[in-house]
Amino acid sequence: MQRNPQLNANGELQHLLSTEGLPREILTQILDTAESFVGVTEREVRKVPLLRGKSVFNLFFESSTRTRTTFEIAAKRLSADVINLNIALSSQSKGESLLDTVANLSAMQADIFVVRHNSAGAPFLIARHVKPHEHVVNAGDGRHAHPTQGLLDLFTIRHYKKDFGKLTVAIVGDILHSRVARSLIHGLTTLGAPEVRVIAPQTLLPAGVEALGVRVFHDMRAGLKDCDVVVMLRLQNERMRGALLPSAQEFNKHYGLTGDKLDLARSDAIVMHPGPMNRGVEIDSTVADGPHSVILPQVTFGIAVRMAVMSIVAGN
Amino acid sequence: MKLPDAERVCDELLKELKAVLGPKSAMIGIYTGGAWLAERLHARLGMATPLGLMDIAFYRDDYHARGLHHDPKRTKIPFDINGREILLVDDVLYTGRTVRAAMNELFDYGRPASITLVVLADRGGRQLPICAQHCGARVEVPEGMRLRLKRDDAGRLALVLEAERAA
Repeated sequence: MQRNPQLNANGELQHLLSTEGLPREILTQILDTAESFVGVTEREVRKVPLLRGKSVFNLFFESSTRTRTTFEIAAKRLSADVINLNIALSSQSKGESLLDTVANLSAMQADIFVVRHNSAGAPFLIARHVKPHEHVVNAGDGRHAHPTQGLLDLFTIRHYKKDFGKLTVAIVGDILHSRVARSLIHGLTTLGAPEVRVIAPQTLLPAGVEALGVRVFHDMRAGLKDCDVVVMLRLQNERMRGALLPSAQEFNKHYGLTGDKLDLARSDAIVMHPGPMNRGVEIDSTVADGPHSVILPQVTFGIAVRMAVMSIVAGN
Repeated sequence: MKLPDAERVCDELLKELKAVLGPKSAMIGIYTGGAWLAERLHARLGMATPLGLMDIAFYRDDYHARGLHHDPKRTKIPFDINGREILLVDDVLYTGRTVRAAMNELFDYGRPASITLVVLADRGGRQLPICAQHCGARVEVPEGMRLRLKRDDAGRLALVLEAERAA
């Protein structure tokens, strides 16, 4: 059997590439470690010396502000040196191959590569070619995976709901283009959430999505009934090629989260969104800013989760 | 080999600490054994300042060799440590590296007036210039063995010897 490319010979996390195939113990270790780091981020000196003298290279082949910034803050709070490379604007446009770029950065003594790429699988390719002491963290590859976002969603859910064992979670919107949805679904099923629902029009669902262990709803009102957690996804305009939707207004009418639709979920339901939000499209402002929303805490928890991931992989 | 009775040693430590407590005193226990001992001492001394608990994993000096392999606990120091006289509590004092890590972490919370080290047992073998001001017992530990504090379901503390884990 082929070894999981994320784990070393001892079964420890060497790279974080996807939540798919990660054992429950490792997911739990990341979430527990992140819990300890939340404590660090709340005190006077928000820094620990774990990665002192290590270099973290942020390789963003696709633009991102929030994810890159939270990785940068996380690495700095671990006392690492951070180098940000906006590759879209440099080497690649001059024709350098992905592996040549990585080999050059490795020669500059990198310890962790944080990689975002518009092609699914790019971080896996890099992970296969780095030296044994180098680690790769996937910060989003194509439509495939965004494991740190999935983990911070899991962390947020556990923070507010304590236990996955009885939860009904609905993920709503553009599942087809969403690496966030995929990473979260794998994590939720591994941690034992009994019911994960996806709510979307047929055109925004990947073929065979049921195989991931989810229940499919096309009617949002039916899908939201008695949910504990509602995860809204961004309508990814820049990924929409061709006519998957009549219009944003039409989408809002059927799949936008409004106050009256949210009333169908449990009274203590939480509402999440990976950001950036399109207010008035997938989520109304009254909900985004309302009492059920945990969208901003998600961002804060994201830093602790990324600290946990980097400190675990760099130690293995 | 006969080990000291942890419960009796604990009582002796209590007497000793009662004499040194002042208005600025506060207690912090190091996970896991030190936290058990600190919980006991803190309650029996009736200290007004809440107890602090510390997981020093993020400050260990063997992270690069061993990585993060533990069941992480969250450090909780529910008071301002600036100007406090800190009683730092651990179960067993050995190389001194845990205490060094704990002191480094403490200073990221502020500047205490003083830090005093309280341990249940000192087994020697120091690799750093650290000593305990309040030490319950001195214990000789055979090579390859590890001295640990255990707590049973009834909350009773006991010292035990176990084979050292492979590094």
